[in-house]
Amino acid sequence: MTEAGRFQMDGREIAFTPGQTIMDAALAAGAYIPHLCHNPQFAPHGSCRVCVVGVHGRHVSACTTPAADGLQVDNAGAEVQGLRQAILQMLFVEGNHVCPGCEKSGACQLQAVAYWVGMLTPRFPHFFPKRALDASHPDFVIDFNRCILCELCVRASRDVDGKRVFAISGRGLDSHLVIDSRSGKLGDSRFAATDRAAHVCPVGAILPKNRAYAAPIGQRLYDREPISQVGDVAAHDGGS
Amino acid sequence: MNAAMPSGVTEIVAASLGRLGRNPEYLLQHLIAVQHHCSYVPDAAVEVLADALDVTRTQIRAAVRFYAFLHETPRGAFDILLSDNITDRMLGNQRLLGLLCERLGVAPGVPRPDGRVTVGLTSCTGMCDQGPALLVNGLAVTRLDPARIDRIADLVERGLALPQWPGDFFRVEDNIRRPGLLLSNPTTDASGLSATLAKGSDAALAELDRSGLRGRGGAGFTTALKWRLCRETKAEQRFVVCNADEGEPGTFKDRVLLNSYADLVFEGMTICARVIGARQGFLYLRGEYLYLREHLESVLARRRLDRLLGRDILGAPGFDFDIEVHLGAGAYICGEESALIESLEGKRGVTRKRPPFPVTSGYQGLPTVVNNVETFLAAARIVQWGGQWLRNQGTDRSPGSKILSISGDCRSPGIYEYPFGTPLHQVLRDCGAEQTQAVQISGAAGATLVPGEFDRVIAFEDLPTAGSFMIFDESRDMLDMVRNFTAFFAHESCGFCTPCRVGCALLRNLVEKVAAGQGSIHDLNELHHIGAVMRQASYCGLGQTAPNPILNTLDKFPEVWHRRLRSVAYTPSFDLDGALAEGRALTGRGDAQAHLEEQP
Repeated sequence: MTEAGRFQMDGREIAFTPGQTIMDAALAAGAYIPHLCHNPQFAPHGSCRVCVVGVHGRHVSACTTPAADGLQVDNAGAEVQGLRQAILQMLFVEGNHVCPGCEKSGACQLQAVAYWVGMLTPRFPHFFPKRALDASHPDFVIDFNRCILCELCVRASRDVDGKRVFAISGRGLDSHLVIDSRSGKLGDSRFAATDRAAHVCPVGAILPKNRAYAAPIGQRLYDREPISQVGDVAAHDGGS
Repeated sequence: MNAAMPSGVTEIVAASLGRLGRNPEYLLQHLIAVQHHCSYVPDAAVEVLADALDVTRTQIRAAVRFYAFLHETPRGAFDILLSDNITDRMLGNQRLLGLLCERLGVAPGVPRPDGRVTVGLTSCTGMCDQGPALLVNGLAVTRLDPARIDRIADLVERGLALPQWPGDFFRVEDNIRRPGLLLSNPTTDASGLSATLAKGSDAALAELDRSGLRGRGGAGFTTALKWRLCRETKAEQRFVVCNADEGEPGTFKDRVLLNSYADLVFEGMTICARVIGARQGFLYLRGEYLYLREHLESVLARRRLDRLLGRDILGAPGFDFDIEVHLGAGAYICGEESALIESLEGKRGVTRKRPPFPVTSGYQGLPTVVNNVETFLAAARIVQWGGQWLRNQGTDRSPGSKILSISGDCRSPGIYEYPFGTPLHQVLRDCGAEQTQAVQISGAAGATLVPGEFDRVIAFEDLPTAGSFMIFDESRDMLDMVRNFTAFFAHESCGFCTPCRVGCALLRNLVEKVAAGQGSIHDLNELHHIGAVMRQASYCGLGQTAPNPILNTLDKFPEVWHRRLRSVAYTPSFDLDGALAEGRALTGRGDAQAHLEEQP
């Protein structure tokens, strides 16, 4: 595709083609912008806000903002990283994320992005929501405690699998993932292990059964290199 | 009246489907009908609707959980919700809530075991000039006092159907105190519409351009530009939407416009339809204004008879346009235009990614003009009387007038229309406000203004406002306002983006912590920090502005915060000693040594 223009990101020049967002162009050029709800295979969503960047004194989400010629994009400044830390801290206190016991630890995008932006503590008071675990499906388990509402499974099931197994219900802090079946359980739904929706979760919310802790510490997805080098969990098909 | 047994659910859904059809866009309207008849949305209705509309039951349940006026479990046959805006609180709604609950023997939000009644709270119902107010099965009751609460309890106990309740309970006054450009004449002979047909759409648009009219919903986008952008977008179909989801706490002017100026509003929509080439219009009416629906439907019916709507309007061949009234169901976010469109399409009212904007991709992805009630009214007059007519008042950058909804501490709350450029002190004098401590302008997320700023003027270039104007005299504790608004935003955040979804709840908890005398300087710093993150990183205007009441008062009323601080150092958000209670119980220790020392 023909080049439509160039923008500057932290001193680096990045070319873009018509219709690309800041995120698209940066990823294509091998420049990392942290993200959770974004997956290049799906339409931009813009909900997690982790990809916030500074553009001419304003803060926008890189995944939804069209690239434009001559933009000056701040992807590494202290203010931008501070916003990202706060957003991640909000996600950590909203759910129940217990990294030391989680089988996704080491291969979790939330954890890896948190390391990348330098988040050291959850900072805010935990909400400690009471959320159930759904192990009704023979092949997969859903731990709602870890859901970050990125809607990737919602989008994958609807747009790729053609099943509409997942949706977001409620509003505000009560927003939560729901499953389309009479009982509301995954086992009663049309979900299958071969679904795209089974392989897009960036965190440990949708996990295959009987595969936990397969990779020893030291050999997990993000153990040796940061996420900016390794890329998304979904690009490694779950990475677990 | 709401005694429909689950066995009748199928019939109710069938009737609604018969009336509205099987378009999935009508899901929310079906759900409102079911809720109204059954006091909740039973599973049986979900199953039938999922089949009939080809939507998943999950999408239906998700909508039920999103809209505050829809319920998964039965409410009482009388579902009573007291309006809980700060102005209702200032008029004593909390005491009335207590009285009513006591009289009826219920706890707030919990249906009485006999299924007779539920009593709860809801966001501002738009009756601030005649509050405290409540909704009973969706219908507004105004001017509550202990005597009226007593009689309501009595009527509920007797099980008297609402049509048999005293009509006076449901009387809603217009309270127009100061009519101006728009309000001084409620009648129309459709000459704006006739002029559009006679002189052509270009001429109508030119007048609108000349007037410099800017949207009255708050954002102030140039109306002529909006219409032109929509008109110039290539499409098979275009839509006109009137945003009557007047949910901003303290606003009620659209209620009055819809009650007494509906013809002009519909005329403005019809002119817009002619200009942009739309065949279908919607008026999205907030659920709290259910009582206006019948009136609006009858005005629409009359306009159809008068050939002002329908086919070949005013005899112009091929000029076909009609308007449907769609109800909201208790979601403030639906006042945001893209969330409103989602809601019109029957979904949860979550804001859309922009661009594209509704003018190019709105209802069903087609070009859509969304304007405020007041904007359509002004547009009708501009086309009738010319752009200069509006320019004769106001300022260069804010031509015309603004209708204000005034409530709070003043002698004469109600509707006031002023030329743009009017200073606050004149407004305060006119409505009889004395010893004013602060004015909250443009709603819960608006600006908090103090006496030193009362020379400032109502105008887009100084104090832009959608019309809410709440007055607080010196007897008020401004932290009460902050608590009310912060809880409001936590309740109304749609939950789509992280900073707003989590931030609103964090702010609410921190404000309550400080209000309870458990806060420290650290908490005030955290309020600043979280507020700044929300302002910069939230997805839409709700999250970006939700911290305003906190940040504004930390700046202008620091003493209301500081006098509540427990210490200047850090205080944890939980009670350390209390957390050891279980350990003490398990070990059988109750002695002084088993307690932490008095905390600093």
